[in-house]
Amino acid sequence: MRAILFALLLVSLAASAAIEVHQFDDPAQEALYKELIAELRCLVCQNQNLADSNADLAKDLREKTYEMVKAGKDKEEIVDWMVNRYGDFVLYKPPVQRNTLLLWGGPFLILLVGVLVLVRFIRRRPSTGDHLLSEEERRKAEALLQGQEEERI
Amino acid sequence: MIPEIGHLALIVALVVALVQGIFPIVGAYKGYASWVAVSKPAARLQFLLLLTSFACLTWSFLQSDFSVLYVAENSNTKLPQIFKFSAVWGAHEGSLLLWALILSAWTAAVTLFGRSLSPLMMARVLGVLGLVATGFLAFLIFTSNPFERLLPAVAEGRDLNPLLQDIGLVMHPPMLYMGYVGFAIPFAFAIAAMLGGRLDAAWARWSRPWTQAAWVFLTLGIALGSWWAYYELGWGGWWFWDPVENASFMPWLAGTALMHSLAVTEKRGAFKAWTVLLAIFTFSLSLLGTFLVRSGVLTSVHAFASDPSRGLFILLFLAVVVGSSLALYAARASKVRSHVRFELVSRETALLLNNVILVVTTVSILLGTLYPLIIDALGAGKISVGPPYFNAVFIPLTIPLAILIGVGTVARWKRDSVANIWAKVRLAFVASLVFGLVFPAVAMAHFSWKAALGMVLAFWVFFTTLRVIRDHARGRGLGGLSLSQWGMALGHIGVAVFIVGITLTSLYSLEEDVRLAPGDHYGLGGYDFHFKGTTSIQGPNYQGARGEVLITRDGEPVTVLYPEKRNYLTGMPMTEAGIDAGLTRDLFVALGEPLGEDGAWAVRIYVKPYVRWIWLGALIMALGGVCSLADKRYRVLARREREALVGGVA
Repeated sequence: MRAILFALLLVSLAASAAIEVHQFDDPAQEALYKELIAELRCLVCQNQNLADSNADLAKDLREKTYEMVKAGKDKEEIVDWMVNRYGDFVLYKPPVQRNTLLLWGGPFLILLVGVLVLVRFIRRRPSTGDHLLSEEERRKAEALLQGQEEERI
Repeated sequence: MIPEIGHLALIVALVVALVQGIFPIVGAYKGYASWVAVSKPAARLQFLLLLTSFACLTWSFLQSDFSVLYVAENSNTKLPQIFKFSAVWGAHEGSLLLWALILSAWTAAVTLFGRSLSPLMMARVLGVLGLVATGFLAFLIFTSNPFERLLPAVAEGRDLNPLLQDIGLVMHPPMLYMGYVGFAIPFAFAIAAMLGGRLDAAWARWSRPWTQAAWVFLTLGIALGSWWAYYELGWGGWWFWDPVENASFMPWLAGTALMHSLAVTEKRGAFKAWTVLLAIFTFSLSLLGTFLVRSGVLTSVHAFASDPSRGLFILLFLAVVVGSSLALYAARASKVRSHVRFELVSRETALLLNNVILVVTTVSILLGTLYPLIIDALGAGKISVGPPYFNAVFIPLTIPLAILIGVGTVARWKRDSVANIWAKVRLAFVASLVFGLVFPAVAMAHFSWKAALGMVLAFWVFFTTLRVIRDHARGRGLGGLSLSQWGMALGHIGVAVFIVGITLTSLYSLEEDVRLAPGDHYGLGGYDFHFKGTTSIQGPNYQGARGEVLITRDGEPVTVLYPEKRNYLTGMPMTEAGIDAGLTRDLFVALGEPLGEDGAWAVRIYVKPYVRWIWLGALIMALGGVCSLADKRYRVLARREREALVGGVA
């Protein structure tokens, strides 16, 4: 779908899948490679990860990733290498740092606001205005209502 | 000549939209009956004018009139007829014209089906829609005119983007726009109700079927887009958390919240102010989506800054719409207190929770979508926000949502008790635990706790929905369920099916890129893929290679797939994957590049369990929406109110 809409933007988007053949020493390496090319961004593309892009830069970076995985480097080392060269832009999973605090903290804040609004809404719910029942009155009323309810059933 | 007629019709449509926007609203305020009476004819005339304009553009495409710039840029004489037709909305200008046409079609539909509305309410609703149309038509004419001439004409046009030469494109944008734009109707109802100073249950009842209709289209539109990306892009992915996808997903989430909130407002008269706010929010997200996609701001903040005319226009329009709506809300609706009582343990609370979670999800996605744009614009760095972020935010929030479906649908309105709800869901709870834990162990390749969690949730939604169906059917049989009860049940079963699809596809998909020479074979997930080689093919506007892959399981042939690699006239390579679709798994083969002299190719092979369930779930949800809006109470209501009006209230 994004491609459709990008096409509507008149931005060209290479649509052939990037399909390459690699040999790995063990399944863990292969999994790491796949994870990395899914989480690293093709820097010259509209919005594609390395795995999906056919751009030359993406091919080069896949090759580089492959080499580093084969050389036994772990995820952190490879990611550091990429960030050193290309900056945070290359990461689809932005690191938690000063300029992403709001990004990572945001959903929690929003949830908090949501819950506060909800609590306030529910508290305000009787909305009879001037006279609010005291706790004891409320219990009595509730017992009364409960009684009625049960009779009806 | 024909393009000029289309152009003229477009300009007249703008004038009519202005009339439709101003006279009825002022007339309703001042009490001028003749001004109010303008609304319906104006709305219908506007629809006819835009239909004419759209037909003219379509004609230019079908005739390959390359003296029209937009046609020359997006069509070609060798393009098959069906794609000449869909090319009309294949790029910016035409898709905006489609947007405007669909808005006027929805508006015309209100004049036809909204006969139960009082003339004043009708005038206000049409007036608000007229103002929205004015903004869009002005945008279209002043910044994105599809009828601009190219003189002298070129002999041959450029080709339509090959990605879009697919049946998916013929269907996807119109569906999506029907949904997007459809949310203008509940928005207009909400604004009209505030203008009229009457926020009552009747307003919710009017809005509800329209909201459901828009939601159904948006659901289908998003599902179609996802399905299209899956088979057309050759990546085997079905959702990328791309900003453009998010732009359609956010109104969907907000619209889902709106549907549920409208249900409470209609049935119980509660949450009125909140529902109005949601209607504004949902349509604003539709507009924001249009801004994101249309302004070029996603390509680059700087590209947007260097040619800001289009983007700035939509941004201003968005600011005016949101600003004035919220001002009106603050003046008219924020003080509305519903005097409807409900207890903490009740269906109202469950639906309220549903709304909070959906809105929190929507706003979080909004944050992730806009964040890189904002910090880039502020010069605070360049970052990317992608699937890892959105999955981390979205998935945890959907878990309580799925649990709530089960609780909310069995809970009673007004007041219920935990013990009572527990008694109703006890069986479903145990059954979903058992089935959910057993399923991945028995039916899948290996056990996974994540899969178990997903399946428990899916079974939970499914069993609790069955319980609700059983309760409703008690003593009357299944035929006794009203359409709206079926709607709710199907909508939720769709969610369950959808969860199954996402969970199993995400966790159990197998993917391998391999080198295959003719005669080679490769085993994956119990299937054996035999590569027979490729033959060259020649299409109307492309040439390429077609592979043949025989798939066997335990020596028995399963299917033969013919993946293609095409090179279009535009020079763009395209992958046409070969897919064998099945209820429990898809087999997917795509050709990469030829490797070496011996006819070998890089081939991508996927085994994707239960991927169809994702779209099947969306289809079932949409079907639920259709059932709901066809419920007879809306028709009964329409008739009763008509009769009441004849009595002279109007």
